[in-house]
Amino acid sequence: MTLTLAQLAIGQQAVIESLPTGRAGLTRLRELGLTPGARVSLVRRAPLGEPIEITVRGSHLAMRNHEAADIVVSLA
Amino acid sequence: MSDAHTLLLAVVGNPNSGKTTLFNLLTGLRQKVANYPGVTVEKKIGECRTQHGKKLRVIDLPGAYSLNARSPDEAVLRDVLLGRRADTPRPDRILFVADASNLERHLYLLSQVLELGLPTVLVLNMMDVADHKQWRIDIARLSAELGVPVVPMEAVSGRGFLELRVAISREDLPVPQWHSPPLPEDLRKALERSHDRLAADGAVHDRATLLEPIYLMADHNPLHDGFEDGHLAQIRAAREALEHAHPGWEDQLVADRYAAIEKLTAAVLVRPEQEVRTFTHRLDRFLLHPLLGGAVLLGILAFLFYLIFRVAEGPMGWIEEGFVALGGVIAASMPPGDLRDLLVDGAVNGVAGVVVFLPQILILFFFIGLMEDTGYMARLAFIMDRLMSVVGLNGKAFLPFLSSYACAVPGIMATRTIDSPKDRLITILIAPLASCSARLPVYLLLIGALMPESVSAWARAGAMVGLYALGTLAAFGFAWLFNRRILKGANAPMILEMPNYKRPSLKAILFQVWQRAKAFLVRAGTVIFGMSILVWAASTYPKDRSLMAEVERVEQRLDSLQKAGDAAAMDAAGSELADLKSRQLAQSFAGRAGHLIEPLIVPLGYDWKIGIGLIGSFAARELFVNTMAVVYAVGAGDEEDTTPLRERIQQEVRPDGRPVFRPLVCVSLLVFYVFAMQCISTLAIVKRETGSWKWAGFQLAYLSGTAWLLAFATFQIGRMMGW
Repeated sequence: MTLTLAQLAIGQQAVIESLPTGRAGLTRLRELGLTPGARVSLVRRAPLGEPIEITVRGSHLAMRNHEAADIVVSLA
Repeated sequence: MSDAHTLLLAVVGNPNSGKTTLFNLLTGLRQKVANYPGVTVEKKIGECRTQHGKKLRVIDLPGAYSLNARSPDEAVLRDVLLGRRADTPRPDRILFVADASNLERHLYLLSQVLELGLPTVLVLNMMDVADHKQWRIDIARLSAELGVPVVPMEAVSGRGFLELRVAISREDLPVPQWHSPPLPEDLRKALERSHDRLAADGAVHDRATLLEPIYLMADHNPLHDGFEDGHLAQIRAAREALEHAHPGWEDQLVADRYAAIEKLTAAVLVRPEQEVRTFTHRLDRFLLHPLLGGAVLLGILAFLFYLIFRVAEGPMGWIEEGFVALGGVIAASMPPGDLRDLLVDGAVNGVAGVVVFLPQILILFFFIGLMEDTGYMARLAFIMDRLMSVVGLNGKAFLPFLSSYACAVPGIMATRTIDSPKDRLITILIAPLASCSARLPVYLLLIGALMPESVSAWARAGAMVGLYALGTLAAFGFAWLFNRRILKGANAPMILEMPNYKRPSLKAILFQVWQRAKAFLVRAGTVIFGMSILVWAASTYPKDRSLMAEVERVEQRLDSLQKAGDAAAMDAAGSELADLKSRQLAQSFAGRAGHLIEPLIVPLGYDWKIGIGLIGSFAARELFVNTMAVVYAVGAGDEEDTTPLRERIQQEVRPDGRPVFRPLVCVSLLVFYVFAMQCISTLAIVKRETGSWKWAGFQLAYLSGTAWLLAFATFQIGRMMGW
């Protein structure tokens, strides 16, 4: 089942399937470890619903739904 | 010329790797802090000794996630490591600091840096956190795979520091053995073609490897310094050609690099199946809790503002008293005359006006430092991001803006934590719209004049809240406008790292507070010193001989009356003296300027006397109260108790008998003070933080223009409605 990172429930784990290519912001997310094949999990949402905090390769990152919605994942 | 023989050791690492803590350990705070020319990126250089007593120069390079620069900080790191900055020599050795508890991610930048071929020592910092997470790192294997010495450490406690000293003291520090996986054949050929072209043009200097062209072409916003203008176009053209032939080449390189890192990580790191909860996890469950997190944040901010507005009052009072005493000493030890007046009324008062805000500024700097050092700052940005995104800013802009309610100066200096240059500039531009503490005395005076004693305290408080709200709304409105319409450039996506919490280093925070306070005193101090003298001279000269002679006579009479103890006659002489001083001010340059700008301010409802107040408060808003006190010839009451001045301005009438300070004029003036850019310290700091007078000038123009327009609209609409 595929969905986007923004749609994960809190505590859910997933594997990154794909990200759109050639966009500076998303390239930076790749550099921070969000490459296809990497395992991610959603840690929490901020009190106002955004941003989300995820963990990938042992580090904790926050991003907005806007970016997370571009990242396709499959449930692990 | 010992510098030529002293090795330069560069401390490199991700943000939040503990890099600066380690740099402080090495140099023992014997360091110089300046800016890289042309950019507002801090340059820190210090010295340390090897175990053999040889001197090493140490430079703390800005933290970065990648050599594919996305911010001015990262561009500086790239350019220094590639030897592209004329102001900083290429380092001889690298001390790479990685967070052991986040090893895989930190290996990304490390692998890029190792490929540059400089002798390197790898520090695995925060070993305690890695242990806590039950990560087992095979240090020997890691060292063998990378070909560099690896030192496990805890920089906060200093554990492992001796081993580090031994490692950096080695004469025969090896060149790293790490090599990234080979480039795909067609991409390598394309890169070689770009390389040849760029090298022929002189845009790149390194002919041996493809690294320099790769990192230059991967910079999406090469407006950072480091590219000479001529090369900018060439690099852009090369980038576009490459992008066209190999769409997604950058992403390909990232994926290949992580594939290699994954292999290395699998060989040297054993992680438990389930992530072990650490101290940071437990604390975040509380501090980022949907309800509790917000409550804690509000509590922290309330405490901060309590410190700024209540606790700082004491030291601020002492500073004021100190300067009054200093003025007294100077006055007593010098013969009366222009020089004495210049020193006492111009210089001492002017400097006092800046230094009096120092307690508030120090508290703010300390708090900001504490939040940065513990890791709470990222949580604050996380919670506030949604709110700030409404106007196109991100969560990191929140604390700088909030600080500006105390004083725009520390707020603007704190914008350095915002890595997107566009967001940072917008935050700087809107910061003065937060009603700072210097506006309070003006607000109090005018609200007092606006509302008679009979009006309830609640209504007054409501008016005050309204002014703060007006400034805040305007700040958000302008942020939105600048973001959408005025400033070019795409918004960088908000990506925030949530670092581990760590114990703050009081010594390092205090050192940083001292550095920032010094920068403030030097920048703002010198500018405001000059301005105070100018304002003083404008309100003192030219002197009317007969008025001055009169003043002297009354002063002598006052003296003798004092000896006689005749209180009633003294009061009369006192008001006569005030009246003379007011007349002297009226015919001074400032007074004439007040008349001169009258056509400009009459549409706002002001007369020339208020004009003098506006001119007098150009350097600093709170001077409005003092200037008006002189204009209306009341003894310059202190800031808390402006009752005599308030009563006096309420009695002031126009030639036609109507009051000058009718409610509508007070409202118009209040609106003016919410917006007007009347703070030389802020302008000086904006110049320093943006690198040119251009933005300071723009800020002055747009804020003053808005102030005039809105005061004009307020007065004219109010008048039409018959107020």
